[in-house]
Amino acid sequence: MAAGFKTVEPLEYYRRFLKENCRPDGRELGEFRTTTVNIGSIGTADGSSLVKLGNTTVICGIKAEFGAPPTDAPDKGYVVPNVDLSPLCSWRFRSGPPGEEAQVASQFIADVIENSQVIQKEDLCISPGKLAWVLYCDLICLNHDGNILDACTFALLAALKNVQLPEVTVNEETALAEVNLKKKSYLNIRTHPIATSFAVFDDTLLIVDPTEEEENLATGTLTVVMDEEGKLCCLHKPGGSGLTGAKLQDCMSRAVTRHKEVKKLMDEVFKSMKPK
Amino acid sequence: MKQVLKESLPTNGDTSVLAGVYGPAEVKVSKEIFNKATLEVTLRPKIGLPGVAEKSRERLIRNTCEAVVLGALHPRTSITVVLQVVSDAGSLLACCLNAACMALVDAGVPMRALFCGVTCALDSDGTLLLDPTAKQEKEARAVLTFALDSVERKLLMSTTKGLYSDAELQQCLAAAQAASQHVFRFYRESLQRRYSKS
Repeated sequence: MAAGFKTVEPLEYYRRFLKENCRPDGRELGEFRTTTVNIGSIGTADGSSLVKLGNTTVICGIKAEFGAPPTDAPDKGYVVPNVDLSPLCSWRFRSGPPGEEAQVASQFIADVIENSQVIQKEDLCISPGKLAWVLYCDLICLNHDGNILDACTFALLAALKNVQLPEVTVNEETALAEVNLKKKSYLNIRTHPIATSFAVFDDTLLIVDPTEEEENLATGTLTVVMDEEGKLCCLHKPGGSGLTGAKLQDCMSRAVTRHKEVKKLMDEVFKSMKPK
Repeated sequence: MKQVLKESLPTNGDTSVLAGVYGPAEVKVSKEIFNKATLEVTLRPKIGLPGVAEKSRERLIRNTCEAVVLGALHPRTSITVVLQVVSDAGSLLACCLNAACMALVDAGVPMRALFCGVTCALDSDGTLLLDPTAKQEKEARAVLTFALDSVERKLLMSTTKGLYSDAELQQCLAAAQAASQHVFRFYRESLQRRYSKS
């Protein structure tokens, strides 16, 4: 009976739950789904992580390769993020060149890395003007059940913390790089940007961590990326219903609490990992 | 089908964007939505081929337009907005938003409100600069672009670059809301001029 109503009038079905301040999966309006993170699962990558937000699953693999630094910034390396949304994760995507959602997500991750200064690009430089590290970050969505941006940001951060770069010395005589695989060091992660996404319903109600169904029914979305000092790296609101300043303030306070939850989870996971 | 070309307002430093709106017109069956109009936005940069950054901006502009355009009045049709960057001297996204809105109004597309784009820059000592030039944007600590609607000055779209605090965000939003008055007045004046001639 309820399933029939849901198919015919999905928005009304949702409104019935929202009136009681809860959602069909039993969560409250400000509650996140169970978050789990797994670090270092990909042996062939220099750093990797797997993040699950309820059913949404994103895996991030980072490979470090050599490259020439850009001519306008000879003492900086590169970080190249790429988000891959394949037909594997959702019926909405087709195989072939990246669609709009994947491109927007890749651009979002690139902006977060740039704005939050999570790593100093100068740390990636080996020999100014000649050699630098290029970190290729591949984020692959294995299951799309909404809130892809939060999962991607978290996966990227966890993977970056897991990356170990070998020591490189440039031989003066041959001008070739000599890689010492036995001596590896972690990257210097300066800030921890964590994303919190909201969906706007009927122009007034804000719910946190939307599932795919909720995202389709929502009239707007908002993603806030905050670091540990409460500074905002990104306020991404791609259109949708209008929000007043007061509502934005509520979102900020929720983002601050979320940051604490996620940071605690990540610290626990890293502490529990055996040192190599 | 109405075809209209509209030039946007040049901000300080002459950023200008040409906007064209085509529609409501036929839509491909694969893209058709049964109960409302399909909105498409294309942004062409001044030089080079459109890339991922353009796609991201197109998505922002399209979602902003979708929030105000009454698509339900024209189901199974398409409304296309084409934006061509003529010159970029800072505050480009805001200029694109303004051009898109005026072009939609000129084309007679039914909308529930008008919207305008405002850019704020925060420099290293926290001073707020509205409508920054390209040089000011580069040197700023943070650049925030907002799209505000005309009815209640609510925030329709926001995209930011750089680090800033919560209080600074509220400050910029308030300043943008005040500045949007000028933009809406400009819309009204230019539309009055256009329709009083004919």
